[in-house]
Amino acid sequence: MIRSTQRADFQARLARRKRQSTIFAGLCMAAIAIALLMLVVLLTYIVVQGYSRVDWQFLSSFPSRFPERAGIQAAVIGSIYVIAVAGVASFVLGVGAAIYLEEYASRQKFTKIIQVNIANLAGVPSIVYGILGLEIFVRTLALGKSVLAGGFTLALLVLPVIIIASQEAIRAVPPSIREGGYALGASRWQTVWHLVLPQAFPGILTGVILAVSRAMGETAPLIVMGALTFVPFAPDGPMSRFTVLPIQIFNWTSRPQAGFHEAAAAGIMVLLVLLFIMNAAAVFLRFKFRDRM
Amino acid sequence: MQIAENILQTEDLSVFYGNKQVVTDVTLDVPRNHITAIIGPSGCGKSTLLRCFNRMNELIPDASITGKVLFEGQDLYAETVDPAEIRYQIGMVFQRPNPFPKSIYDNVAFGPRINGFRGNMDELVETSLKRAALWEEVKDRLHASALGLSGGQQQRLCIARTLAVEPQVILMDEPCSALDPIATLAIEEVMRELAEEYSIVIVTHNMQQAARVSHYTAFLMVEDQRIGILVEYGESRQIFTNPTDERTEAYITGRFG
Repeated sequence: MIRSTQRADFQARLARRKRQSTIFAGLCMAAIAIALLMLVVLLTYIVVQGYSRVDWQFLSSFPSRFPERAGIQAAVIGSIYVIAVAGVASFVLGVGAAIYLEEYASRQKFTKIIQVNIANLAGVPSIVYGILGLEIFVRTLALGKSVLAGGFTLALLVLPVIIIASQEAIRAVPPSIREGGYALGASRWQTVWHLVLPQAFPGILTGVILAVSRAMGETAPLIVMGALTFVPFAPDGPMSRFTVLPIQIFNWTSRPQAGFHEAAAAGIMVLLVLLFIMNAAAVFLRFKFRDRM
Repeated sequence: MQIAENILQTEDLSVFYGNKQVVTDVTLDVPRNHITAIIGPSGCGKSTLLRCFNRMNELIPDASITGKVLFEGQDLYAETVDPAEIRYQIGMVFQRPNPFPKSIYDNVAFGPRINGFRGNMDELVETSLKRAALWEEVKDRLHASALGLSGGQQQRLCIARTLAVEPQVILMDEPCSALDPIATLAIEEVMRELAEEYSIVIVTHNMQQAARVSHYTAFLMVEDQRIGILVEYGESRQIFTNPTDERTEAYITGRFG
């Protein structure tokens, strides 16, 4: 008798559990639907406003005080230059630091303190990095408000993220691989270079590209650092002054004329396409390196 | 056993992880060109003892040793000795096959390359694979990934990889524990053939395996909180048929462990 009442209870509860399950799944779906909807609305708004402006004239012209003649060439080239500098600098420093922390540093208090601080640095507002860049690169190292100074500033900004991503990629390489190397008489350097890094590389690369594409959308640190907002020339070298896409977009949106708002929307489209290309490159490279193994 | 016959010796060897002692005063002679098995229950320090012979314990933070380990009469832990040099002469095969994520060929060629081998690499790869009894199975796909091999093949590849640097001693840390019986037999066959030219030390928790392949057997155990005590060491035939210590007898007849 006791068993049959228990069984009835179970049946009743089972129905309730199933309902809960359905409701939870529904809530999760609503969450993703809202997120996607926002994205679609945003993209539609931008495309409707800007698509008529995206043409060769827009891509190949410099800013102008007449909205219909304004173009984005200086900002596109500036962005590419700055991101190239930031990418190379943060890759070298970030991967180097990650290798040191994972493979060389002893697991002591000091290392732990560094570790915690790196995690904290990843959360420092980007504008603070702008002030740092202004003081160190622009003034102390006298690089001026150049592409180089801008790239280095953004490199500092994404460095913590790259260090953490690279550390995770390096940590994911099984210890047995390292042991196998050491057991054959490989030095630490040979083990890291020939065995650990090739396996960690896809992960490191993904981290770097994602971090750098975030840097591409940064405006605040470069404004603080002193990037220009009206640049009627393309940067011609690392010491050239420059502007970048987000600053140009920011500048246009703050103008009163509707024509400039269209230009801003068109600029956003160009920025999104560049970001999309970079992310696609990350995915492509990751699969390419996976296949090789 | 004469000194000249012994390739590896330990004298009062103890190993500590921090404050914890995991090998206690082990004195042991490993004869040249024979197979020596180290057996004992889980956690008795047999792998740790094995790893003293190629200084792999140093990779573990706060591991330390007291006592001596001699390789051909030379102190392995002397300050002038570089661990890389030792590992080059004393190879190791691990519990789980750990091929590098590279081609079969590159796995075997890795050791010689990093140690600056100048000679006919193709030939060296071929002889190494032949000695590990893997050549016939892989000769048509040397440049395919090593990760596509079966577990048993991977382990033989790891043996071939070790042989390619031409060591004098091969340490094997439970090399068959992740393999099925047929793959295990293949590895044991390889070991028997290698014993003519190499000295092999194998850690195993499979007593039949120790009885089948080894010439000498050391039995380690844990007693009264003391870990890694060498209870008995001698010819395998004697250890497995007529052990002198009753604890050994209890273990090999399956009363504990």
